[in-house]
Amino acid sequence: MRFLFKTDYEDDIRLFPHSGYFVSYGILFALLLTAPYVLSSYLMSQLVFVCIYATVGVALLILTGFTGQASLGHAAFLAIGAYTAAYLQQFDVPFPVYFLAAGLLTGVVGALVGFPALRLQGIYLVIATISFAFIVEEILARWESVTHGNEGMRVKTLYLFGTAVSRDSPAFYFLCLAVLVLTIVGALNLLRSPTGRAFVAIRDSETAARSMGINVSLYKVKSFAISAAITGLAGCLFAHKLSFISPEMFTLQLSIEFIIVILIGGTFSLHGAVLGAIFIVMIDPFLTYLKDDMPGLIAGMAATMGAGSERAAHIQDSVAAFASLNGLKGAIYGIIIVLFVLFEPLGLYGRWLKIKLYFQLFPLYKRATFKRQKIYVKSERNR
Amino acid sequence: MLDFVQQLVSGVALGCVYGLIALGFVLVYKATEVVNFAQGDLMMLGGFFAFTFIGMLGLNYWLGFAGAVAAMALFGMLAERLVVRPILGYPQFSIIMATIGLGFFLRSVSGMIWGTDDFKIDTPFSQGVVRIGSLVLADDKLSVIAATIILCTLLYLFFNKTTLGTAMRASSENMLAAYYMGIPVKRVVSIVWAISAAVAGCAGVLLAPITFVHSNVGLVLGLKAFPAAVLGGFGSIPGAVVGGVLIGVIESMAGFYLAEGWKDVAPYVVLLAVLLLKPEGLFGLHIRKKV
Repeated sequence: MRFLFKTDYEDDIRLFPHSGYFVSYGILFALLLTAPYVLSSYLMSQLVFVCIYATVGVALLILTGFTGQASLGHAAFLAIGAYTAAYLQQFDVPFPVYFLAAGLLTGVVGALVGFPALRLQGIYLVIATISFAFIVEEILARWESVTHGNEGMRVKTLYLFGTAVSRDSPAFYFLCLAVLVLTIVGALNLLRSPTGRAFVAIRDSETAARSMGINVSLYKVKSFAISAAITGLAGCLFAHKLSFISPEMFTLQLSIEFIIVILIGGTFSLHGAVLGAIFIVMIDPFLTYLKDDMPGLIAGMAATMGAGSERAAHIQDSVAAFASLNGLKGAIYGIIIVLFVLFEPLGLYGRWLKIKLYFQLFPLYKRATFKRQKIYVKSERNR
Repeated sequence: MLDFVQQLVSGVALGCVYGLIALGFVLVYKATEVVNFAQGDLMMLGGFFAFTFIGMLGLNYWLGFAGAVAAMALFGMLAERLVVRPILGYPQFSIIMATIGLGFFLRSVSGMIWGTDDFKIDTPFSQGVVRIGSLVLADDKLSVIAATIILCTLLYLFFNKTTLGTAMRASSENMLAAYYMGIPVKRVVSIVWAISAAVAGCAGVLLAPITFVHSNVGLVLGLKAFPAAVLGGFGSIPGAVVGGVLIGVIESMAGFYLAEGWKDVAPYVVLLAVLLLKPEGLFGLHIRKKV
């Protein structure tokens, strides 16, 4: 086990605490760079979605994970970014300009949402963000001169420095990856700056933060604006990836998906956003795989365990019927959320830390290390 | 003028629907400070239970009604035992997520079991209308209004006058202190979930003739009932009904007098405005912050 000897604050906030980080992140980066030449085009497309979802996840982590302000309205921010991009693109505005404009406009809207949210706590904030998302969705459907209403908008191919970047090309993947990496690095820097410390202080106790001289309102609005702006940038990429956007894509369901991303990944570290995004995006291909291959697999297993061929065929049919039931995906979603909340509250990244610590401390690992503390004195109403 | 009154009355009827679902939200919140995002789906499940008893098994309407409510009460206890109790005492965010997950699960499973068609239940109120002057009121809407008033009164009395109600309020304020005072907190929470699910079941059965029974009905109505509960100040039982009626009236007025599209948005606009001016809702208690 490695012990880090820290002698000053600079040591404590280093992005790469020791050389091992360079090796592991270097390998990861190399793998990501070679991915387009190895993976199938379907998986590549999913990987692009992972990048976009992870970018939104990072944005949501800044707001929910680190500032403690829950939001179920991020689909609306994504929509604003996507529509800004699609609208400006009609006037032959170059990509870098409308990309940044999408982020800027969404950031401004985020700040405007942040102001009313200043007075709201917990569940009231959740419902306020849901209301905001509904209103945005309805505006998108009704403001036909700009958004073309429910007919939706086509998004043309992206032109970067005079070359066309099609939505399925490796170049588009690299663009999304670059945006994700820059977002993560930016967020890491933000979180170790005084602003980030203020965010965490507000999350842990607003009253204590205020008494330490932190301008709570200012930092909450900042957090909303930053989170919204990043989501807006992701929205621009999302629009290009889908090449067609319409209001019914940006529903509450999508907002919930984003919350699930950080919940499953883990809300206490930026790793969570990426892990959660991988989980959420890859669940679709995984379910399709199960649907196609599971019946045969189970029937095969039944056959080797001594069931007759007629019996095995029967099993195969019934499993196939079950797998193609309509709502199966929703049910699996629901079960996954509940199981994560109940048994893995720290998310996938928390599980990784536990496994790592288990081997580092072997055989001295205690389960209680990661136990959450229960607070029976309810304070949320009085806070 | 007659148009206005007719709109007002149908708004009130619609609002009572929201109020009835909002009652369930408020009950659970009042007693445990848990926000149950699956409330609408519990309502949907109640409708399906009633459909099973009445439509498929051919029971008498009132028997089926009672059966559905009883089944929902049991189901509420089961959900509490499996999903809520293990995370009691953890941050609200986790509990909200767990109930969202529960909602997802209920929606898809009921879609798998009963299919995704619209179902109808024959009720004694399905056909008749009551005429007051030139006003026309459908029986099914009146039944919802009556049930809302009765349930609201009963629950209000229950919470404020009975020992069990006092125990529930105590455990919501401070579970640990309530436990030290001899209140079996776990059982209290379990009973609250049973009552709340039973109220949702009532709502589901009563709404069956109006909205039909299908697996997404809970999501749609739950999302409207939620602002109703917030508008009334999440912890207040009469507030839930008043909030519901307000939302219903706003919705039907906006649908009648304003341009198309306002109908769905108006409740949320009003909600945001109220939250801006009075963050604790219309009937919420304002409690001082303590360090």
